[in-house]
Amino acid sequence: MKKNKVIKFFTESNKAFTLISILLGFIIGGLILWFSGFNPFTAYAVIFKGIFSKPSYISYTIIRSTPLILTGLSVAFAFRTGLFNIGAEGQYIVGSAAAALAGYYIQLPAVLLIPLVILIAIISSGIWGAIAGLLKSKYGIHEVISTIMLNWIALYLQNYITKIKGFAKPNSEASKFIQDAANITFFDNWKHSDKGMAWLNNHHFAKEILRTPANFGIIIAILCALLVWIILNKTTLGYKLRAVGFNKEAARYAGINIEKYMIISMFISGSLAGLAGALHVMGVSHNITNLSAMEGYGFDGIAVALIGSNAAFGTIWSGFLFGALKYGGTKIQPFMGAPSEIISIMIGTIVFFISMPNIIKISLNKILLKNKKRGEDVK
Amino acid sequence: MENKKMPALEMRNITKKFGDFVANDNLNLIVQKGEVHALLGENGAGKTTLMNILYGLYTPTSGDIFLNGVRTNILNPKIAIENKIGMVHQHFMLVKNFTVTENIILGKEKKNKLGKLLLRKSKKDIVALSKKYGLLVNPDDKIEDITVGMQQRVEILKALYRGADILILDEPTAVLTPQEIKELGIIVKNLTAEKKSIIFISHKLKEITQFADRCTIIRRGKLIDTLNVTDVTEHELASKMVGREVNFKIEKKKANPQKPILKIENLVVKNNMGLVAVNKLSLEVKAGEILGIAGIDGNGQSEFVEAITGLRKAESGKFSISEVDLTNKTPREIFLNKVAHIPEDRQKFGLVMDFSVKENFILQTHSYAEFSDKGFLKNKNVEDFANKLVAKFDVRPTNINKKARDLSGGNQQKVIIAREVTHDPQLLIAVQPTRGLDVGAIEFVHKSLIKQRDEGKAVLLVSLELDEVMNIADRIAVIFEGEIVGIVDAKKADINQLGLMMSGGKL
Ligand SMILES: Nc1ncnc2c1ncn2[C@@H]1O[C@H](COP(=O)(O)OP(=O)(O)OP(=O)(O)O)[C@@H](O)[C@H]1O
Ligand SMILES: [Mg+2]
Repeated sequence: MKKNKVIKFFTESNKAFTLISILLGFIIGGLILWFSGFNPFTAYAVIFKGIFSKPSYISYTIIRSTPLILTGLSVAFAFRTGLFNIGAEGQYIVGSAAAALAGYYIQLPAVLLIPLVILIAIISSGIWGAIAGLLKSKYGIHEVISTIMLNWIALYLQNYITKIKGFAKPNSEASKFIQDAANITFFDNWKHSDKGMAWLNNHHFAKEILRTPANFGIIIAILCALLVWIILNKTTLGYKLRAVGFNKEAARYAGINIEKYMIISMFISGSLAGLAGALHVMGVSHNITNLSAMEGYGFDGIAVALIGSNAAFGTIWSGFLFGALKYGGTKIQPFMGAPSEIISIMIGTIVFFISMPNIIKISLNKILLKNKKRGEDVK
Repeated sequence: MENKKMPALEMRNITKKFGDFVANDNLNLIVQKGEVHALLGENGAGKTTLMNILYGLYTPTSGDIFLNGVRTNILNPKIAIENKIGMVHQHFMLVKNFTVTENIILGKEKKNKLGKLLLRKSKKDIVALSKKYGLLVNPDDKIEDITVGMQQRVEILKALYRGADILILDEPTAVLTPQEIKELGIIVKNLTAEKKSIIFISHKLKEITQFADRCTIIRRGKLIDTLNVTDVTEHELASKMVGREVNFKIEKKKANPQKPILKIENLVVKNNMGLVAVNKLSLEVKAGEILGIAGIDGNGQSEFVEAITGLRKAESGKFSISEVDLTNKTPREIFLNKVAHIPEDRQKFGLVMDFSVKENFILQTHSYAEFSDKGFLKNKNVEDFANKLVAKFDVRPTNINKKARDLSGGNQQKVIIAREVTHDPQLLIAVQPTRGLDVGAIEFVHKSLIKQRDEGKAVLLVSLELDEVMNIADRIAVIFEGEIVGIVDAKKADINQLGLMMSGGKL
C-alpha cells in the first residue's frame, strides 16, 4: 500500500522529478569533485556552511537570489503564455539603466522617488520586452532571435549611457551613484554614520545583517511571484494569455486578439526582468558600470524558471536554490582550492535532467516495475 | 475439434486508474492470430486507454499481458514495437513536412557504415510492402500534401515496416470517406490473410459487422461481452454497448421554417493552394430549419465553412446573418452576431486541450459580466456554469477540472456542443458533429440539433455521412466542386439520386 504511494509519487508527480534532478545534480557534481581529487563531502559542507553559518551569509544568499527569482518569473511568465523569452538579460540591463538614470536625475522625496524609479524601470524594460512581442506578432520574427539581438543592443545602450557627460563618474568605467532618496538598502546612511556604527557594535546580529546590502528587494520579488500567480490563474487577462500560449488557433477563433496578448505578455515578462535590474541598482550596486559582457542574471533566469516548473511559487524556491549555490559555491575556491565552476556543472546537470523527465520516468518505471511479481494485484 | 493454438494476444485482468477514476476495470481481451477483433464501447468507455496500455503508453495499475502465451511487460512503445505491436492512433502522429518515406523509416532508418541514410533502398522496401498489402502510396509525397486517407495508409505502413503482427487501429474510419473505408476493408483482408491480427476500434456498427470476426464490448471500463459478430445484429450490439435501447432513426416534428437567417450570395473562396474551392455559392438557411450540405469530401465544404466563420478570406460575394453583412469579418464579430460553430477540427479550433473542461466552457465568454468582474474571473460562477453543462450534456467524467486532453474523443465533442448551443445562437453551424461519437452520443447530438431547430434557430449541418444528412436535415443542398448543384426536400430525397448529384451528375 504505502510502497505504491511512493512509487506513484516518484513516477507521476512533478515535484518529485525536480527533487530527483536536484539530487542527481549534487551526485554528479560530487563525482566530478571526487575525480578531480577533492572530497565532495567536505566541499558540500563548505558550501553549506558558506550559506548558513552566519547571518550575513544568509543575507548575501537572499540578496543573490532576489534578481534570480525575478528573472526566473520573467521567463516563466512568458513560457506559460507560449513565448520563449531569452531576452531577460537585456530587459534586466534596460531596467537597471533606467533605474540608475531616474535615480540620479529626478529630485523627489524618497516616498515618491522610490516608486517612481521602479515604475520607470518597469515601463522601459517592459517596452524592451514588448518590442520582441511586436516583432513577432507583426512580422512573425521569432522571439528567440529578436530577444537575443535586443540583449546586445541593451548592453551597448547601457555602455553608452554610462559615458553620458554628467552621468558618468569621472575617470571610471561606471556611472554616478543614485541619490539617497532612491536607495533601498536598509539604513544605508545611518549604518555608516558614527551613531549607527556605535549602536551596531553593541548589536551583533543586526551588525552582521547590515554589513551586507540587505534591502527590500526580496519582499518585492515574492510579492511579484504572488502577483504573477494571481494574474495567470485568477484574471481574465491570464486566462487569455494562457489560451494564446496553449492553442493560438483556438484562441484566435474564440475571438482573442492573439497579437495584442503576445505583446502584453512580453511586456509583463520584460518588466519583471527589468525590475530585477532596478532593484539591484537601488539596493546593491547603486550605479551601473560599463559592461564588457553580459552579467548572466537573465540567462540564469531560464534555468531558474525550468527548475521551478515555470510556476510562480516554484520559481521562488528555485531562485533561492540557485542563489544559494552561486553564493555558497564561491567559498570552495578559497577554502579548498576546488573550482567554483562546479556549481555551474551542477546546475547544468539539474537542468538537463529536468528538461528530460522521461529519462527519470523510464528508468524509475523499469526499476520499480521489475520487482512487481506476476499477477500481484497492485491497488 | 480442439484448437490448441495460442492466442496472439491475451490481456488479463487489466485495470487502469487515473487518480480515483477507473478507466479500465478488470478487462480481459483475447485476440487470435489472423483475426479482426473489434472493440466497441461508448465514448469514454476506455477503449483507447486499453490500447495505450497494450502499446506501452500507459502502464496498467494491475493486470498482465501475454503475447503468444508469454507474459510481457510492455513498459514503453519501444518494447511494444519490439514485440511486433503497431498502433495507428485516433489522431495521427506524422511529421507534416517529411515525405512519406521519411515518416515511415523514422526511428528505424537504414544507414550505411558512414551513417549515410539509404533512402533509395528504404523506398524500395516501402514500395514492396505497399504493393503486398494494397496500401498504395507515393513515397515521395510530403505528408502535408496528401489526404487524411493517405496519411492513414502511411501510419499503417509505418507499423508494418516495423514488423507489426498485431495492428491496433483506433477509429480508423472516423476520418475516411466511404470510398476510402471500402479500400481499408480490402487492406484489412490482405493483412489477415498474412495471419496478422487486427484490433479495430469503431463506433460504426455497420463496419464492425462487415470487418470484424469477433467483438469485445466495454461499458464504462467494464467488460460486457465478447461475441462472434456473425451471431448478432447491429441493434443487439448497440443496446449491449449503451445498456439501453437506442433509436437509430430520430423522430422529429415537421419543420416550421421562418425568415431566412443566413444568406449567402455568390461566395467565392480559394483553398490553400490558391485554387477556387467555393465557386459562386449562394444559399439561404431559414430560422427553424436544418439545412444539410451533402457532398464528397474535398468539394469545398471546409473552405466554405471557414469563410462563413471568419477563418478564411472570401475572394468575392457576400454573406449576412439577419441582414447584417459579415463578409470577411473576424470570428469574434461573427460570434457576436450570434453564430455558433461546432468546428470540424475540434482539437485545433474547438478546444484548448490543456485547459480544463470548465475553462473550455468560457472560451468566448470569459469576459462577460457573468464570469468576470473587474478583470477577475468569478470562479464560483464558472464552476456552477460548468457543472450545469456537464450534467445537462452528460459529459463523462463529470470532473470539470479535468483537462480536455484527458477526455475521450466523444466527450471532447460534447464539451464543444454544450458550449456552442448554450450561446443561444441564431445560426448553428455544425461540421461533422458526430465524427467519432458512439451511437448513444450521436443520438444525443442529433436530438440537440433538432431541438435547436425547434427553438427557432437556423441550423447548417455539413456532414460527409449521407445517412446523417438524410435523417436530420429538412432540406439537403448537394455540393460538388464548390457549387451547390441542387437542393432537395429531405423527405423526398432518394439516396441514389443524391449520390449521383454528389459525383457531379445534374438532376
Ligand atoms: N491521461 C488521462 N488522465 C485522466 N483521465 C484519462 C486519461 N486518459 C483517459 N482518461 C479517461 O479515461 C476514460 C476512457 O478514455 P478513453 O480515451 O480510453 O475512451 P474511449 O473509449 O477511447 O472513448 P472515445 O470513443 O470517445 O475515443 C475517459 O473518461 C477519459 O476521460
Ligand atoms: Mg478513443
